[in-house]
Amino acid sequence: MAIEIKDIEHLAGLARISVSADEQKKFRDDLEGILEYVSHIKEATAELGEPTAGELRNVLRDDVEPHASGMFTEDILSAAPERRDNRILVKKIL
Amino acid sequence: MDIKKLTITEAHKLLMDKKMSVLELAEAVLKEAEGTRDLNAYLEIFDDVKVQAARAQKMFDEGKATVLTGIPLAMKDNILIKGKIASASSKMLEHYVATYDAGVTKKLRDMGAIFLGRTNMDEFAMGGSTENSAFGVTKNPHDKTRVPGGSSGGSASALAAGAALGALGSDTGGSIRQPAAFCGVVGLKPTYGSVSRSGLMAMASSLDQIGPFAKTVEDAQILFDAIKGHDPLDSTSVADKTLAQGGKKPKVIGVPVDFVRAKGVDPRVLKNFDQSIAHMKKAGYEVKEISLPSLAHGLAVYYILMPAEVSSNLARFDGVRYGYHADGANLTDDYARTRGEGFGREVRRRILLGTYVLSSGYYDSYYGRANAVREMLQKELAHAFESVDIIATPTTPTPAFKIGEKSSDPLQMYLADIFTVPVNIAGVPAISVPSGFVEEGGAKLPLGIQFIAPHFREDALFAIGRDFEKARV
Repeated sequence: MAIEIKDIEHLAGLARISVSADEQKKFRDDLEGILEYVSHIKEATAELGEPTAGELRNVLRDDVEPHASGMFTEDILSAAPERRDNRILVKKIL
Repeated sequence: MDIKKLTITEAHKLLMDKKMSVLELAEAVLKEAEGTRDLNAYLEIFDDVKVQAARAQKMFDEGKATVLTGIPLAMKDNILIKGKIASASSKMLEHYVATYDAGVTKKLRDMGAIFLGRTNMDEFAMGGSTENSAFGVTKNPHDKTRVPGGSSGGSASALAAGAALGALGSDTGGSIRQPAAFCGVVGLKPTYGSVSRSGLMAMASSLDQIGPFAKTVEDAQILFDAIKGHDPLDSTSVADKTLAQGGKKPKVIGVPVDFVRAKGVDPRVLKNFDQSIAHMKKAGYEVKEISLPSLAHGLAVYYILMPAEVSSNLARFDGVRYGYHADGANLTDDYARTRGEGFGREVRRRILLGTYVLSSGYYDSYYGRANAVREMLQKELAHAFESVDIIATPTTPTPAFKIGEKSSDPLQMYLADIFTVPVNIAGVPAISVPSGFVEEGGAKLPLGIQFIAPHFREDALFAIGRDFEKARV
């Protein structure tokens, strides 16, 4: 299971995580080792068919009884790194 | 009276009989916490313990006390308590203050339990030694050069040191049972869905479960009874009528011999396990050898499914809405820097691994395959439970290891979970009960035995656990 530095760069980009050059090497070695270990299930279970869907289902509540408007606003906004009045500030994306 | 050995049941009696006030009990336990600060088990001792004690005392005085009223508990730092910091031992949430109570917090609060403080853990519950905390390693009270296990290492260490009468942790692949074994206390991983996960920071949602640490099986049962139950705020929480099952007392123990005797298991652990099984035979249990070949794939399945779920769950930490923020050149750069600096190495490693196994071209061969094996493992266990009532294994392949011994080799660290992960994959309940000690370097290091039961049969675990405690005396 060969993992290249460019693979780590790609994964880090997808995961939105900056990784230093030193750590890229370390992560490459770690991932190679772990993937080699977990890859055994591919051979060991070659005879298995596709998994069935099981009993997974969505659990939704009725869209009723909303809480009073603004009840949690201050608690939640006060956790934001940057805010202005009742808004969270982010950098311009356009 | 030795406060270190005091159980919840005994403390409740003292409080009922007015031999001690709630405040006196809390202060006695806090004194133990102060005296064992060097363990780094608590990240914070709360400053409102006196207020909580006064409230609990009032419940006694008004005749409204429950079995947990006035009982000082420790909470893992990934379980929310409104108004308190909940950091998950991460720089990402170092200053994050919970805006609501977790389901379990609310239940315990309503019963009058006292939250002494929040305990150290591996960052976001990822690890088996508490070495991955952003706030320093926790030490094992039995030997301070060794780890307490993890990820709920702070809860286990605090309880074993007498710095709490009970504690909550979370268990995704062994994070309650493994530290319980390393620290010589009881640890329960309840059936998936029996305890609300509302207000527990999500790591791998299909595997995570909150559960108790306790000094005795009886205390573990008291805590489990207090926190279990349906919660509409957790969509995977099951109906109370499903929980209320229960059944006949267990009689037949199955031992998956090939799995237990796998390569890498410390011979002293095997010897202790054989002695434990002999005790149970003497206590009247029938022991059967069983074959569960898919258990051997448990760890591989776990290290595919868990990081996949981690990579998705931890996407929420973006430095915008709450938590750590690092400024970059643009918004994408803000994300990358925030997550690069805010998350520790193990967390980033697992996010990258999860991103890999979910990425196009690899999804079928890793995530799809792992789900197929998960199903096979569940079926195999269900089949085994047709002929045995309980499955027993050692909780861990070794006693507590040295601080630093495995921290540079993630795969070696992962192998410490070999006996505990299949339980989470199947969603069944399991308990670790202290089973003795091995001597090493002048220290007595605890070991644990793990009993596994079918879904919703915690009653069977408590029954066999109590029998085991008696049989060992």
